[in-house]
Amino acid sequence: MLEIRFHGRGGQGTVVATILLAKAFFQDGYYVQSFPLFGVERRGAPVEAYLRVDRGKILVRTNVYTPDHVVVLDPTLLEGVNIAFGLKPGGWILLNTHSTPSYLEAFRGYQVGLVDATRIALEYGLGTRTQPIVNTAVMGGLARVLGMPTVDAISKAIRDEVSSRPEANIKAAEKAHAEVTLLGLIDDRSNTSWRRSNLEDT
Amino acid sequence: MQQVLEGSHAVSEAVRLARVQVISAYPITPQTHIMERLSEYCADGNMGARFLRVESEHSALAALIGASTSGVRTFTATSSQGLALMHELLHWASGARLPIVMAEVNRAMAPGWNIWADQTDSLAQRDTGWIQLYCEEGQEVLDTTIQSYRLAESVNLPVMVILDAFFLSHTFEPVDVPEQESVDRFLPPYQPKFQLDPENPCAFNQLAPPDVYMEMRYNIQSAMDYALDRFEEVEEEYFSIFGRRYQAVEPVQCEDAEIILVTSGTVTSTSRQVLADLRARGEKVGLLKVKLFRPFPVSLIRRLVSPASKVAVIDRNFSFGASGIFAQEVRAALCNLPGHPPVFGYVAGLGGRDVTTAIIEDIYWRTKNAGIPEQESFWVGISEVSHAIGHC
Repeated sequence: MLEIRFHGRGGQGTVVATILLAKAFFQDGYYVQSFPLFGVERRGAPVEAYLRVDRGKILVRTNVYTPDHVVVLDPTLLEGVNIAFGLKPGGWILLNTHSTPSYLEAFRGYQVGLVDATRIALEYGLGTRTQPIVNTAVMGGLARVLGMPTVDAISKAIRDEVSSRPEANIKAAEKAHAEVTLLGLIDDRSNTSWRRSNLEDT
Repeated sequence: MQQVLEGSHAVSEAVRLARVQVISAYPITPQTHIMERLSEYCADGNMGARFLRVESEHSALAALIGASTSGVRTFTATSSQGLALMHELLHWASGARLPIVMAEVNRAMAPGWNIWADQTDSLAQRDTGWIQLYCEEGQEVLDTTIQSYRLAESVNLPVMVILDAFFLSHTFEPVDVPEQESVDRFLPPYQPKFQLDPENPCAFNQLAPPDVYMEMRYNIQSAMDYALDRFEEVEEEYFSIFGRRYQAVEPVQCEDAEIILVTSGTVTSTSRQVLADLRARGEKVGLLKVKLFRPFPVSLIRRLVSPASKVAVIDRNFSFGASGIFAQEVRAALCNLPGHPPVFGYVAGLGGRDVTTAIIEDIYWRTKNAGIPEQESFWVGISEVSHAIGHC
């Protein structure tokens, strides 16, 4: 079973991202379960949501404590939330960011992927300039990192479920899928400064 | 067709398929998504129901009591404080023998203010004469809601379909949503046995003096007894069309079990995983899921747990001054059975605290390593607390 934890802020579409991904994985033949760690959060507050994917029926109905992968929709969360908490060694951390963060050292032992979902969302006019809706771009990035679900399944999930500008959202997901930077495993040999300049060029 | 559906929307789909005619509700988290979807269905013409927005939960049920008395199929949903506010009318609905169906999303009672999963709200209404059905997954929620109309209308008692806050109400998972034609075959239009009728005017629920009141109560209990049998028949008929059934009490690997865990709601689902893991390590553990809580299936439970050497009940609820409520009921069911296994009571997951696989496994080992229960209730995973405030 695959367990993925999503960190975002209220209003970014974090919970919707897990639902759409659940539908996309289901479309690709997997059994799925997604749910938010529900608080009384409002717009801007940190939110957490989970996605479980398996070949067979999922019985466990608890929060996710030892995720296989972690997705961060807002990099400012890294200042207040231990996003790697419980993450399995070698698991992916997908960050929505426009530059390689200076704190990659903290993610030693994990694999890191970077996607500039905010820029992509703005490019396709998703949300507003101050409140871009980054979830569909992040979904595209995650699909590339994991090698699943298929872009077709993501497009279908968006088309079926997103009432506001589904085609622009699909394009954002496709662009993020193509653009995501896979830094891979962060270890002693990782030259993070080189990676940073490399990313800024793209 | 199978689709990825939220637990709350599994209820909404079932209510749409049941062709409910009057819906009344007052918003409260975490029930809200059920009513949001139904109000959309009523607004866009996908459902022909009359949707009543009222000023309180008390009024929500009062409106349905009126509607149901006029002979139509009705639905409401609530949680926690909202259910508590309905208390007076819960008695009225069952006393008036109205087949109202309600979805109850288990949420903790305040204060402290808490919107998360806890069964104390619905279990505090156990003496109101409502049939209570506890569900563990989205598919079961959908199927149970449809079945509830058949059950309610055949025994003339109201039914509460109960699901855990968030762990079920806000969880998306694959659910098979049946075709309308199949549901119509299972659930024909409501034929009231009595109703308000201008052509045949009469009054309902008048003064019932001592010479008739007791018989009226006895009738309600007879209907509850009948509901035990009817539940099985309804399930059988549902199975013949849809291929799914759940049982009032579902035993999982109980035949050779030395310790049987008794669970309800979503804790059951997680316990199934723990059971599989423990069995793989050679532990003789069984699981008994209690779905039907009212009427309480006493003889079934006696028969299913009596071969075990110990019973461990997990309660996500508590009756202050007593114990977990499922544990009370299981103890009461067993007490007249000579040589029955000891019943260990565990309280876990109050106010939405997670009941993890580790907690359930810990409950198993505690039970295995104990001789007899040393206390009525063991509170699992609780921090040190002082009772001093009680003495202020």
